[in-house]
Amino acid sequence: MNRKHRLRLFALAAAVTAAALVAAGCSSSSSSPSSGAATASAPGITATQILIGSHQPLTGPAAPGYSEIAPASNAYFQYVNAHGGIYGRKIKYTYLDDAYDPSKTTSVVHQLVLQDSVYAIFNGLGTPTHLSVVSYLNSSKVPDLFVASGCACWNNPSAYPYTFGYQTDYIREGKILGSYIKQHYAGKKIGYFYQNDEFGQDGVKGLNYEIPHSQVVSQQSYVPTNVNVGPQVAALKTAGAQVVVLFAIPAFVALFKLTSLKLSYSPTLAASNVGTDPSTLAGLLEAFAKQGGATVSGNALTQGIITDYYLPSVGNTGNSWITLFKKIHDTYIPKLPFDGNVLYGMAVAYAFVQAMMKAGKNPTRAALVNAINGGLPQGPAVAPFAYSATNHSGVTGVYIGSIQNGVLVQQGSVLVTDDTPTGAVTTFTGAEQTAPASGMP
Amino acid sequence: MTLARHVGAAIVAAVVIWVLTVQLSPFRDYQLADIAVYVVAIAGLTVLIGLSGQISLGNGAFMAIGAYATALLQMHLNWPLWALFPASAAIAAVAGVAVGAAAARLHGPYLAGATLLLAVALPSFATQFPGVFGGDQGLSVTVTTPAALGAAFPPTRWLAWINVGTALIVLVLLANLAHSRIGRSWRAIRDDETAAALAGLNVARLRILAFVVSAACAGLAGAMLAVWSSQVSPGAFTVTLSIALLTGAVIGGLGSLAGALWGSLVIVLVPTYVTDVATSHGLSGTVAANIPVAVYGVVLIAVMLIFPEGIQGGLRRFWGITPPAATTPLARLTLRRRPPASEHQEEGTS
Repeated sequence: MNRKHRLRLFALAAAVTAAALVAAGCSSSSSSPSSGAATASAPGITATQILIGSHQPLTGPAAPGYSEIAPASNAYFQYVNAHGGIYGRKIKYTYLDDAYDPSKTTSVVHQLVLQDSVYAIFNGLGTPTHLSVVSYLNSSKVPDLFVASGCACWNNPSAYPYTFGYQTDYIREGKILGSYIKQHYAGKKIGYFYQNDEFGQDGVKGLNYEIPHSQVVSQQSYVPTNVNVGPQVAALKTAGAQVVVLFAIPAFVALFKLTSLKLSYSPTLAASNVGTDPSTLAGLLEAFAKQGGATVSGNALTQGIITDYYLPSVGNTGNSWITLFKKIHDTYIPKLPFDGNVLYGMAVAYAFVQAMMKAGKNPTRAALVNAINGGLPQGPAVAPFAYSATNHSGVTGVYIGSIQNGVLVQQGSVLVTDDTPTGAVTTFTGAEQTAPASGMP
Repeated sequence: MTLARHVGAAIVAAVVIWVLTVQLSPFRDYQLADIAVYVVAIAGLTVLIGLSGQISLGNGAFMAIGAYATALLQMHLNWPLWALFPASAAIAAVAGVAVGAAAARLHGPYLAGATLLLAVALPSFATQFPGVFGGDQGLSVTVTTPAALGAAFPPTRWLAWINVGTALIVLVLLANLAHSRIGRSWRAIRDDETAAALAGLNVARLRILAFVVSAACAGLAGAMLAVWSSQVSPGAFTVTLSIALLTGAVIGGLGSLAGALWGSLVIVLVPTYVTDVATSHGLSGTVAANIPVAVYGVVLIAVMLIFPEGIQGGLRRFWGITPPAATTPLARLTLRRRPPASEHQEEGTS
């Protein structure tokens, strides 16, 4: 490479760098919040648009299944935009990848809040990930709506006035699963397999409120970064656990199932809905088995797993919400499977639109928080929300179901409870709502 | 004389950056603070590789030690920020003594392998002992902007001040060290160990010292990272981080501390900028999430093709500045001491 040639290459590189810097400068200046329109009532809100952001695991260990959630929410927003928007404004939803890594979440969320000036963070996914930004969002007074995690920690209105949960929290879920197991498996030996963070620990807390301690023979935990669950499965087998309750993400429910098969151990499985979307789980089982050189039928392996859910089952085709969301799915995201993740993404987007409609025509950030503090109709959820000024928990109950031929089948009625050690698990007596004909709240 | 020149340059840089932080948006301040973290870590690595001729693939682990030290000292002993930084650097330096003592006996790929082991193994301590280190969730670190600056003062500007200020101090110290008797001794053992030993230099002790300096820098960078992201979790300190540091040092140019700045700019800005472009051009989130990795790889290849001696080396050549006497043998040496190709390939897969 002669000197002239090298100079030319350098000039090229310099020109590219300069162009990049100019473009970077433009992008930061154009995103300043106050563009002067009369109806720009808050950062991220202009006369024509509402900008919201999220952190989602689009790559990494939690991506299988969960990476469908944000596109599904976005599909519902597109549907709303096509049907008049929210008081005429269109929703723009920017979701960035944090790979389920708390250290990436902080930088992604700073980018959304500081550079893009989003109005709110919506449905940020994951317990460990979102915990790393919850203080920052609240000290910056950014609404932090409907965190995609059932950690009871989001319900802390005095410390986190801007944060709201959405799905049934893991303590409630653990209590309801626990009360079912106590009734149906009296006297059996019970084991736990849980993710060793707030997700699994909250679930275990709920289980222990209901299941007698004498029945629990072994409690095993895992961390998502270590995929070898052999020692835990072996310990549960040795302890003779006849029923194993899992508070695990889908990949680890699949690993647990495959590892237990390998060890010729087949306890009854009961699992948190976090890990049991039937099609995600079946897909993972088949993929993992294939990596190990075996062929299995995912649906055969998920058969009979006991679980719970706070939304109607996607297999329940007669349900008005399923009909509505299937229609939106077929229009906007036909390439994704219509599974529990897509349903979840649309249901939580529906709750966001409900909250925005209630917050009024030109809402401030505080107005949105006040709107939710005043309570929201339950929408697609099977039980009411707990939202009030003093309670930021989401859905208050679930129904128990089991996976039959790759579909979640509801068993019995919806059960509700609170997140205290003594609050009873009771049958929900109210009615579920039907989807509005317009598909808009 | 050199001290005065370095301090003068640092003061000028401080003024320029002070103006920048006030002018830039809060997000740019936040990025500036991030860049400062990498400047410190990569500068330490540049000293180790460029001056003493050793290599480390484990500096991400020393960053983890510094970061966890910061979080634990703040959580249990409630130490103030100004004490946390030096303490974290000191704790990482102690770890550096241990590793350096072992490493001083190893060369080339063996040294790379031994330090790589550290980078792989250390983060799993956090998940093995969740009671102390908080597991995957990690620990939180709180930074409060001094009340004297006023309630409207952007917290990210304060972060930028802390981190950039620290980085400037580190650069002045390292620049002086490089020009001191110790720096000259390092260059001597780097260029010819046997000759240096015959000349009366204690080769083993000097090699360990270089390791300690680089570990202290990494530990300090870890503390800065903890403060910047207000939390510490094992996900931040994977092998990828250690390799990113080495990449930054090589891209920037191993011969000089200024190279650390260029390397940090590439490491921090390329991924964010590419994600912005990808999302603003309407690519789906899943595709946009994977593009930065690809572009990063292309940038690496391009830089190495255009500037085989790193960006700083390329700039010197462009302006026709004769490289200092030390750089020419260094370039030869770093090529010889560079870890085998297999380790570079790991960037693609990890």
